[in-house]
Amino acid sequence: MSAILRKIIAPGGIPAWGIRVIASRTYSSSAGGKEMTVRDALNSALDEEMSADPSVLLMGEEVGEYQGAYKVSKGLLDKYGPKRVIDTPITEAGFTGMAVGAAYHGLRPVVEFMTFNFSMQAIDHIINSAAKSNYMSSGQISVPIVFRGPNGAAAGVGAQHSQCYAAWYASCPGLKVLAPYNSEDARGLLKAAIRDPDPVVFLENELLYGESFPISAEALDSSFCLPIGKAKIEREGKDVTIVAFSKMVGYALKAAEILAKEGVSAEVINLRSIRPLDRATINTSVRKTNRLVTVEEGFPQHGVGAEICASIVEESFEYLDAPVERITGADVPMPYAANLERMAVPQVDDIVRAAKRTCYRSVPVAVNA
Amino acid sequence: MNFTSESSGKRIPCFRVLDDNGYPIAGSIFEQVNKEVAVRMYSGMVTLQIMDTILYETQRQGRISFYLTSTGEEAINLASAAALSPDDVVLPQYREPGVLLWRGFTLQEFANQCFGNKADYGKGRQMPIHYGSQKHNYFTVSSPIATQLPQAAGVAYSLKMDKKDACVVTYMGDGGTSEGDFHAALNFAAVMEVPVIFICRNNGWAISTPITEQFRSDGVVVRGQAYGIRSIRVDGNDALAVYNSVRTARQTAINEQRPILIEALTYRVGHHSTSDDSTKYRAVDEIEHWKTAQNPVSRFRKWVQGNGWWTDEDESEFRSNIRKQLMEAIQLAARKEKPPIANLFTDVYEENPPNLVEQERSLGETIKKHPQDYPSDVPL
Repeated sequence: MSAILRKIIAPGGIPAWGIRVIASRTYSSSAGGKEMTVRDALNSALDEEMSADPSVLLMGEEVGEYQGAYKVSKGLLDKYGPKRVIDTPITEAGFTGMAVGAAYHGLRPVVEFMTFNFSMQAIDHIINSAAKSNYMSSGQISVPIVFRGPNGAAAGVGAQHSQCYAAWYASCPGLKVLAPYNSEDARGLLKAAIRDPDPVVFLENELLYGESFPISAEALDSSFCLPIGKAKIEREGKDVTIVAFSKMVGYALKAAEILAKEGVSAEVINLRSIRPLDRATINTSVRKTNRLVTVEEGFPQHGVGAEICASIVEESFEYLDAPVERITGADVPMPYAANLERMAVPQVDDIVRAAKRTCYRSVPVAVNA
Repeated sequence: MNFTSESSGKRIPCFRVLDDNGYPIAGSIFEQVNKEVAVRMYSGMVTLQIMDTILYETQRQGRISFYLTSTGEEAINLASAAALSPDDVVLPQYREPGVLLWRGFTLQEFANQCFGNKADYGKGRQMPIHYGSQKHNYFTVSSPIATQLPQAAGVAYSLKMDKKDACVVTYMGDGGTSEGDFHAALNFAAVMEVPVIFICRNNGWAISTPITEQFRSDGVVVRGQAYGIRSIRVDGNDALAVYNSVRTARQTAINEQRPILIEALTYRVGHHSTSDDSTKYRAVDEIEHWKTAQNPVSRFRKWVQGNGWWTDEDESEFRSNIRKQLMEAIQLAARKEKPPIANLFTDVYEENPPNLVEQERSLGETIKKHPQDYPSDVPL
């Protein structure tokens, strides 16, 4: 059942809810297995970490009274009070700077950006202060801060609300950059991020918030934590490796289903961590399959796929049986009209075609301008 | 219908204790400073002057790559520091080494940072004058302007949560008040009700931009009220006025848990830094005037000597002592080994990630293979 969640967001303001259709992704649930939406997964992770450590704070626009622009922080203000769940004035530079200062002095802030597009208004604090302070102060100033919020394309929100920042932040030493896909990722990675002593950029996806995924009892435990820097093989295969992160993992899995029917066994890797990048897992997989397709929503130039391609060429060149294929968003600011928007982001078909190209090279390669 | 005028007509008055000749102004009410504190303040101001003169020259001689003086702002530096307690957390801009000096940073430690040697607390990672010391509660200097301001509000929030008997003090120049971060910081500090003192060293110049081109308001002090912040304008070249206003600000900030804005009027006697030649954009006699007639060090000296706490002999002895100490510290710093290559890789994260571990190992192997190509002055 397809899901559309449409929002009209004024920059920096309160989203006005448009047409709202309940989003659900039905898996055939494993016997007696529980399901959890990504939103609830994030909420529970925040709740548990705030409960366990009184120095953890949440701050951002609308996180308190409004229960979160996307309801991720629902119930937290009531539970922890206004000193720990802080509704900030509209100033990304202000609250990010303030949070960095608080982190300098021993608090563990979680800063929410309404979308990562607005993080650009605070990017000096993220890069020049948070990322570099530990190094520049030679270990005297540590910054245990988490920057989180929706990243990448949503639906019908236009150019200034749709950019993917994975490549930008992941190029910066001193930062860790995570991108969860399902609920287990969301819980485990957010908990790991909050506990981590280094600054972490946590890239969520708005369209995944309402999606439900099966979740194990282990993942529901309050001590659950996923390791930072390890990718997950979501589906094993032997003919072609498809690497993706965030929403594109879902698309890659769908593509793998389609490819399986045509006799191509695709191995799907969910990166989970963009920096540090799990080069070992990717290279091991490519050495097995000899073919690679990378998928991302972001702009093509200097993207995540470019880095993965370079890593493969540097370490596993002799194992490649075909050139690496990169599937990315179009090299244009995101258009608004639904038909144009569809053309500007990767679709499942694009992944299937790319995988086939690496396997047969029977379809002419698309020319990149 | 009444538009509030863009200017109130009258300029906000400036708090002063000593007149230009170092005599207390009749009728001025101020907290007395005892001999010990006064002499320590004064000698700190002299030390800062000498440190600036000699280290500036050291850059001119090519021995360090960069330097930035605080000439003309010695009173703000030392008097504000003297008014604080060691628990108060300082987030500097970059023209406040006197605060670190007051807190006990030695001439050797300053020199080590400027030379980026093995003993530098910054492990050779930063340009000269980017001092920082956790044990002195002085955050490492960060180059981008005014970023420390909202961060100071954050540190103050942390102190407020801990209910500590301490405040945060953060500094900026007149130019820094134009940054977006200044606005955000003051607004935040007021809304969050945190104990932070914003001290603006209005020294007339932001590199080559004079204050007439920096803002159209009556200086910086008037902006405080716009954010709901109690503010004061102070004669930044009057050490006692600075001392008094910071003392009171500190008490207010902590007892009432609110931010305070202090605009300290002063003059940047030196060039912006060693990368600047200010004679290109301002009159030489303007500089001379502030260097001599309005010198904060000699003004305070007159008061201290007037109380019988300092003599001309003390002056020449002290100056030559400090000069000697500093020259020795510089010699030592210059001769000391540079930081080892391992420091290239540490502190990027709390723990070295696998890619850096691998790169360090790979570098080590390359060095072993080609020892003749490795620079002899970089320890391993």
